[in-house]
Amino acid sequence: MSLGGQLLFAFAGLIAILSALLTVTQRSPLRAAVALLVHVVSLAGLYLTLHAHLLAAIQLLVYAGAVVVLFVFVIMLIGPGALDVKPDQRGLMVKLLGGATIVMVAGAIAAQVGHAVGIFPGLPGCPEGDTTTLAGECGQFGGVDALSNAIYVGAAIPFELVSVLLLVAIVGAIAVARGHTDAEKKAKDPVELDPRPRSADPNSPDPSGITPAE
Amino acid sequence: MVTGLGTYLTLSAVLFGIGAAGFLARRNLLLQLMSIEIMLNSVNLALVAINRAHPTSHAGQVFAFFVIAVAAAEASVGLAILISVFRLKKSVESDRADLLKG
Repeated sequence: MSLGGQLLFAFAGLIAILSALLTVTQRSPLRAAVALLVHVVSLAGLYLTLHAHLLAAIQLLVYAGAVVVLFVFVIMLIGPGALDVKPDQRGLMVKLLGGATIVMVAGAIAAQVGHAVGIFPGLPGCPEGDTTTLAGECGQFGGVDALSNAIYVGAAIPFELVSVLLLVAIVGAIAVARGHTDAEKKAKDPVELDPRPRSADPNSPDPSGITPAE
Repeated sequence: MVTGLGTYLTLSAVLFGIGAAGFLARRNLLLQLMSIEIMLNSVNLALVAINRAHPTSHAGQVFAFFVIAVAAAEASVGLAILISVFRLKKSVESDRADLLKG
């Protein structure tokens, strides 16, 4: 990787870790959402160092453009209730234990894979040792042509299934988040409205007083 | 420092750990959903880095693409559930979503 790529990796990686820490520690959800936005943008920078240009663009469009905005909209809808009402009641010991466990697991993974694998191989068409330029054939890996070929030809059916998934998610989100209208609130459950006591004998006279027409 | 696959996987593991800790430690449903997003993003970073180490195919980037799509669907449904819980409980604390508790 070129020096520019290494500098971008160091910068974006540092920003990614700091903004992730800010996201999970901020008390105000709006500040956490802004930190999440910074995190997403820094991850797009990391994708650029990995020669995944189209994915970096998709990351910016979907996460920064849609998901974070959705979070901000929900925070706006909820208003001041989005704040933590009461502080966490668990003891410091439990928190420290949980944090230490997660740090140990992540550290174990990092120690295992950190030095086991070497540097990245060169890409076809790219100049030796410099894979950050996009001229000519070097822009193929991770570019629009190659990645869309892999998606639309190699994974066409999963791609179509994803569109069904998104449709179901839209319908489900509307069905779950939609409140009841006034008319629906007044129209109670028909089973509760039925004044007749339940009787086992279907031939017993109707206690509601309505006699069927002879 | 030479950046290679190991550095990226290390960064990904650290980010996943931060997201997992946030998900377990926070009691605000909004923050928990954001922590889930951080975890999904860290997995995406690992997938793209592994794809970069084996540049003959685009399998890792295609996987990351699908993970992004699923994460978007998850965020929309999760936030819809959050709004529904808030309407019932007037709170976004996950401890108070206990309707199914016996």
